[in-house]
Amino acid sequence: MGHPYIPNTREIREQMLDEIGVASVDDLFSDIPEKIRLKKKLKLPAQISELEVTRDVQKMLAHNKPFTQILSFLGGGLWPHHIPAHVRSLVQRSEFLTSYTPYQAETSQGMLQALFEYQSMICELTGMDISNASMYDWATAVGEAALMCARVTGRKKILVPELMSQERFSVLQNYAIGPSLDIVKIGYDWASGQLDLSQLRERLGQDVACVYIENPSYLGFLETHAKEIADATHKAGALFVVGVNPISLGLLKAPGDYGADIVVGEGQPLGNPISFGGPTLGIFACRDDTKLIRQIPGRLVGATTTLDEKTRGFTMVLQTREQHIRRERATSNICSNEALCAVAAAIYLASLGSRGLRELAETCAANASYAIKKLGAIDGLEAPIFTSPHFNEFTLRCTQPKLGIKKFNAKLLKQGIQGGKSIKGEFPEFGETALLCATELHRKEDIDRLADIAAEVVVRK
Amino acid sequence: MKYQQARWADEGRLEPLVFELSKAKRTGYTLPPKAPSESNIPNKLIRTELELPELSEPEVVRHYTRLSQMNYGVDSGFYPLGSCTMKYNPKICEELAALETASCIHPYQDEDTVQGALELMYKLERYLAEIAGVARVCLHPSAGAHGEFLGMLLTRAYHRSRGKERNEVIVPDSAHGTNFASAAMAGFDVVVVPSNSRGRVDLEALRKAMSKRTAALMLTNPNTLGLFEDEILKIAEAVHKVGGLLYYDGANLNGILGKTRPGDMGFDIVHFNLHKTFSTPHGGGGPGAGPIGVTKRLEKFLPVPMVEYDKKRKRYYLNYRCPQSVGKIKSFYGNFGVLVKAYAYILLMGASGLQEVTEAATLNANYIMRKLRDVDGFEIKFDTSGPCKHEVVLSAEPMNKNYGVNARAIAKRLLDYGIHAPTYYFPPIVPEALMIEPTETETKEELDRFIAAMKEIAEDAKSHPDKLLAAPTATAIGRLDETKASREPILSWKMYRKMAK
Repeated sequence: MGHPYIPNTREIREQMLDEIGVASVDDLFSDIPEKIRLKKKLKLPAQISELEVTRDVQKMLAHNKPFTQILSFLGGGLWPHHIPAHVRSLVQRSEFLTSYTPYQAETSQGMLQALFEYQSMICELTGMDISNASMYDWATAVGEAALMCARVTGRKKILVPELMSQERFSVLQNYAIGPSLDIVKIGYDWASGQLDLSQLRERLGQDVACVYIENPSYLGFLETHAKEIADATHKAGALFVVGVNPISLGLLKAPGDYGADIVVGEGQPLGNPISFGGPTLGIFACRDDTKLIRQIPGRLVGATTTLDEKTRGFTMVLQTREQHIRRERATSNICSNEALCAVAAAIYLASLGSRGLRELAETCAANASYAIKKLGAIDGLEAPIFTSPHFNEFTLRCTQPKLGIKKFNAKLLKQGIQGGKSIKGEFPEFGETALLCATELHRKEDIDRLADIAAEVVVRK
Repeated sequence: MKYQQARWADEGRLEPLVFELSKAKRTGYTLPPKAPSESNIPNKLIRTELELPELSEPEVVRHYTRLSQMNYGVDSGFYPLGSCTMKYNPKICEELAALETASCIHPYQDEDTVQGALELMYKLERYLAEIAGVARVCLHPSAGAHGEFLGMLLTRAYHRSRGKERNEVIVPDSAHGTNFASAAMAGFDVVVVPSNSRGRVDLEALRKAMSKRTAALMLTNPNTLGLFEDEILKIAEAVHKVGGLLYYDGANLNGILGKTRPGDMGFDIVHFNLHKTFSTPHGGGGPGAGPIGVTKRLEKFLPVPMVEYDKKRKRYYLNYRCPQSVGKIKSFYGNFGVLVKAYAYILLMGASGLQEVTEAATLNANYIMRKLRDVDGFEIKFDTSGPCKHEVVLSAEPMNKNYGVNARAIAKRLLDYGIHAPTYYFPPIVPEALMIEPTETETKEELDRFIAAMKEIAEDAKSHPDKLLAAPTATAIGRLDETKASREPILSWKMYRKMAK
């Protein structure tokens, strides 16, 4: 029998060997030194049928409890949203799915135009002029932004908020190793959680390449003084980088409106499933400024015309920044990126439109505010722990002595609720606190249920 | 077989941009009611303007369906793009990755509720470790280049742990561009070593280039010429003798599955391209996955968390207790959706299937090489005495010299046959290079059709070179002005409108 994915049967292969005058397949591997030739079979499971693979994998994955089955309030960098069926179906179009990077523009107009549309919609959302065709995720986009700012300014200090995601901070540290960038954490106002402006001003010298903030912040609150941060940053000759959840931009001011030079973020909520943390979609956009364009990392798709100037078309541009041409002097080593996730984002945003995204963002904010109200009213719980306004995520502190956040979450889980992410490890100063998120997936009755069970848990200890 | 790609065209343009299709108040989306509460976000933070396109669902579906029809994928036809391993991607893998139990789980869920995901990652790690002959595998990197970057971070951590600062990474002149860029991004100086007349690393030059400053040698094997580095054991010995590490670029792993293993060759760090060798689709440029495998002595530096199994409690868990870990290179634990597909693929193939993959892929490449190397206009530089592995690099230098038809023109002309272009002008050490990787999933008939097309092009180069220089004409659009596109970049609808004004 033949193999379903290897169409040349043994007989055909024999015939091909004959035709090219090679005695046996083994002769094709005669260049591998005897000493390192694998003498035994790989220790892997034996080949099984598609039906068996389906059953095995389904059975294994059935040990997972998806948030479509349990009620989950997890966010923290990836947020659950409804993905319209047609978005899922269109990204599975196999001409998109099974194509490589669109190096051959003439036969790849579909992917190129879809990516151009993605770039364009990211620009509309963020208030930037230029977006690349994707980075791996938010965290690596922060890392790349730091590197880019260092190249543009010739400076080495990167100022970041102390309350940024610690995973992103760790990634940033690794990206900063190469050029030995100096990452400095700026403290926060204890009550609001927002960046400490006086500390920022003290640290803002001629050695600072960029100031990075997250808005909405990792812990859900909004930076209400973003414009002042931008002005102080620019006064010091540094660049201002803002990290976002793009859904929030249906409602909140575009970072471009308050002075951002570069916007990064996590594009997963734009039509991509969470899938246990990946694939993700790193957003990376900047202002139209020659100095910035020359240093931007990643793929860029641009509009042009055919050589006879008669027809508009799209092609990858400014490839001389990239590794396959510039090698060790490239702006980044990135090659494969998250193109299909970007296409999903384009289809998703085109489906929602301005109004749809506005309503979605309002729904997320309203649902979170309802959850805050309900949970905050419970004796023994505090939500949120900061006085700032919040978008769709918020902190919840368990103030009931003897009941830690871990135990609190464990008790919720027993009732079929996945609570928030404990931030005790990242920020012990906030005590028994978790980070929760609400989106359009959470109905009023879901939030009521969370509040009812939370109240019971707190009383029962 | 004749080929004509779909072409949805309007006056002066193909399918309009989604912005050009927009009509106010149309929508392709519905929402459930929101909770009865108003957020306390002050007005000064609220935006007043947002200009996204507004379309109904059928318009969105038609628009992107039309765009997809003007795009060529492996499912459309032969895609012999060298070093990219464009093999067929089994549909069942897509279905499994799309299951709710895979796509609707959050990385921060309680470990008890994601035991299936952790088990899959645990097992995939062990399968990959076995395939490459390494001790442990980290599944975090999102792509090959991301894996390379991690590999370089591990290299640095290793040398630092031994109290040494080594600042040079050696890369052969035939290497992928990412190798140079990844080493530089991690702060290393790149030292280039030449290839010898056999198309392999020049061992003498390598020995001369190495010193106490050498942190690592990055090597692709089979190399980018499709040739096996048959002096690999001497190379490994030489690198290790000066205290350096040997890094394996896994782009060409499809050429050795079940035949030999990077770990057995002496490599210390290995990256895999799951979106090449393990058949997860490229998605027009990603997402991919580029896991990193390491030998025992580098294990402790791997990113956190690693997936472990507690035998006593029969439970998988995420282990963050790795004091010497380099930390993180991506949020969460890797492109899980891609990992599911690769895992399913390994089960579908089994040990013998994977070995068959390499045998068939290698035979297909050798078949093409033997059938084309003597065609007037093409030649093979470097060693032609032995076999190639999974890919072959032809040079069109004679055709260019004699008839003014270069590798790029040949590649563009192939598009008219409904065949994707090979990788061209790479590796740079071959003039007029055409890098052809057929993979194991093509029929002999398809290979013959490709060979016939290449022969016809070689004939046309002599008799009607004009036909070649006008190509492609069967694609949705003809040749584009790429120079203008980069000189006056228009990178968004916003810039496009500004330009139009």
